[in-house]
Amino acid sequence: MATTTTTSATAESPKRSQSSAARRLNRPDSRGRSRGGQRFVLVGLVLASAYSLFPVYWLIIAATKDRTGLYQSNGLWFSGWHLWENLHQVFTYEDGIFLRWTANSFLYAGVGSLGGTLIALATGYGLARFDFPGRGVVFAAVVGSFLIPIALLTLPLYLLFSEIGLVDTPWAMLIPCLINPFSVYLAKVYTEATIPFELLEAARIDGAGELRIFFSIVLRMMTTGGATVFLLAFVNTWNAFFLPLTVLRGQENWTLNLGLYNWSGKRAESGIDLTSLVLTGALLSIVPMAIMMVAMRRYWRTGVTMGALK
Amino acid sequence: MIRSLRWKGAAFTVPFQLGFVFLYLLPIGYAVYQSLYHSQSSGLGLGGTTDEFSGLDNYRQGLTDPKFMGSVLRVVVFACVQIPVMLLVSLVLALFLDALTAQAASRFRIMLLVPYMIPGVVAAVVWINLYSPDVGPLTPLGDLLGFDWNFFSPSMVWPSIGNLLTWHGIGYNMVIIYSALQGVPRELFEAARLDGATEWRVALSIKIPFVRGALVLTGMLSIIQMLQIFNEPALFRNITPQTVDDSFTPIMIIYNQAFNAGNYHYAAALSVLLALILGVASFLFYRLTSKETD
Repeated sequence: MATTTTTSATAESPKRSQSSAARRLNRPDSRGRSRGGQRFVLVGLVLASAYSLFPVYWLIIAATKDRTGLYQSNGLWFSGWHLWENLHQVFTYEDGIFLRWTANSFLYAGVGSLGGTLIALATGYGLARFDFPGRGVVFAAVVGSFLIPIALLTLPLYLLFSEIGLVDTPWAMLIPCLINPFSVYLAKVYTEATIPFELLEAARIDGAGELRIFFSIVLRMMTTGGATVFLLAFVNTWNAFFLPLTVLRGQENWTLNLGLYNWSGKRAESGIDLTSLVLTGALLSIVPMAIMMVAMRRYWRTGVTMGALK
Repeated sequence: MIRSLRWKGAAFTVPFQLGFVFLYLLPIGYAVYQSLYHSQSSGLGLGGTTDEFSGLDNYRQGLTDPKFMGSVLRVVVFACVQIPVMLLVSLVLALFLDALTAQAASRFRIMLLVPYMIPGVVAAVVWINLYSPDVGPLTPLGDLLGFDWNFFSPSMVWPSIGNLLTWHGIGYNMVIIYSALQGVPRELFEAARLDGATEWRVALSIKIPFVRGALVLTGMLSIIQMLQIFNEPALFRNITPQTVDDSFTPIMIIYNQAFNAGNYHYAAALSVLLALILGVASFLFYRLTSKETD
């Protein structure tokens, strides 16, 4: 292992021009390998993709079936088209509680993430472009909080919220969303990459106030970064389970996840069969995620990887 | 920097700092404080309860509680199996993608990322139904192949959850490793190939050492997640409460102590203990993996 690394390192400099020329001329071939190797790679990736997609495929099929079809037909293919009936059932069951949960999820994820993103952008900008005493402490707190288990925060938060009467209100979900250390971390990284000091200097010389600089210059230049921060926060809140389970009691305030969890449990306990309800509901709750992810593919991929390269 | 400007900059971080105090520091402090007390019912239990200072008693109880320590051990053993498998698959897929043209790679990458788009609870719901002997296709498939498998039996429940977590996590980890791989100067591979190194050799001796940092990071994130696993077992518990009991994972115990047993002080002590375990585990993992690079 060591020998290969050293030979390649020494070989690198004299051959650099030659190798990059070779790469420019016939890139596919220089990246590729023997035909057999290429086939092996393709087969591996096709199998992995099948593994990734199969459950979603099955879920789509299952959502189109009625109860008999679900239990008796082949799970891999359609059997009758009952998607509309299933959807109707999902949206009308218990006076349309599913719609309420969907609206709640959108409210918590949308409003919470919007507020959280704004706070995170301001904080990230402050941390990245100003040198104030205590800056290191704030940043250390941000990074250190990645290690705090959710239970350690959520349980006492529940007690504090119940003291001030916020438990079982939308505020119990919205307020925690406002403070997101990971968003702050991302916002700081993005600020460092997109907002040059010189620009701020120029704006100051022109007499712009700090607030004005932030709202009319920094925020505008941070659109891409801000969109990523918002998207990741939205996905996080949409996917949250432990916090809503802890702070929300009555089902009119539940999120989609809590509702599905509850339906999934009921199926086993009481006499009613909620399986097709659960499955159709599960499919529906993926749709907004899929739309967001596809629409913002460009942004979130950089977000995912940037978050990783801390 | 001018003095007044410094303070204006600090002002941008004030909303976050206030929120952080209220939503992070205060709850942690409160949990630590609560963990030092225990509820004492007065008289015959008719006069309500009073909180009494009990020092580190709750911690002592937690450290000797076979259920809690058992659940920690269970999760740790599980992590030692699932995380390496998941990361190995992610690494291999990242290397595979790296061997393709950019266009083909992006097509496969999107397909492999589909599970990551699916909320954890929904992913668990879907797999639980796939595993279900009534509606899922996996049990008939087992019959066809001559296996009589039951995905919810005590010996199968961890592999079942492990498969679910692996399915959910491969794409995300693969993307992180793949983007680290893209950061390696291509000349390095070319040079090795010109020296006659096989593709296998290039992957093993150059590519993998280069993505070590990404592997350490994904490993660390996975460990943090795993020690806090809650959603998946909670949903499995809906289906098979005998196998997945209410003390299956540390957070399930904490949740039950707080909300079902009403033993909040003990739950607070356990969550502080879990935070310490998490800190120690991350520290050890980081030390062990970064030492080798020296």
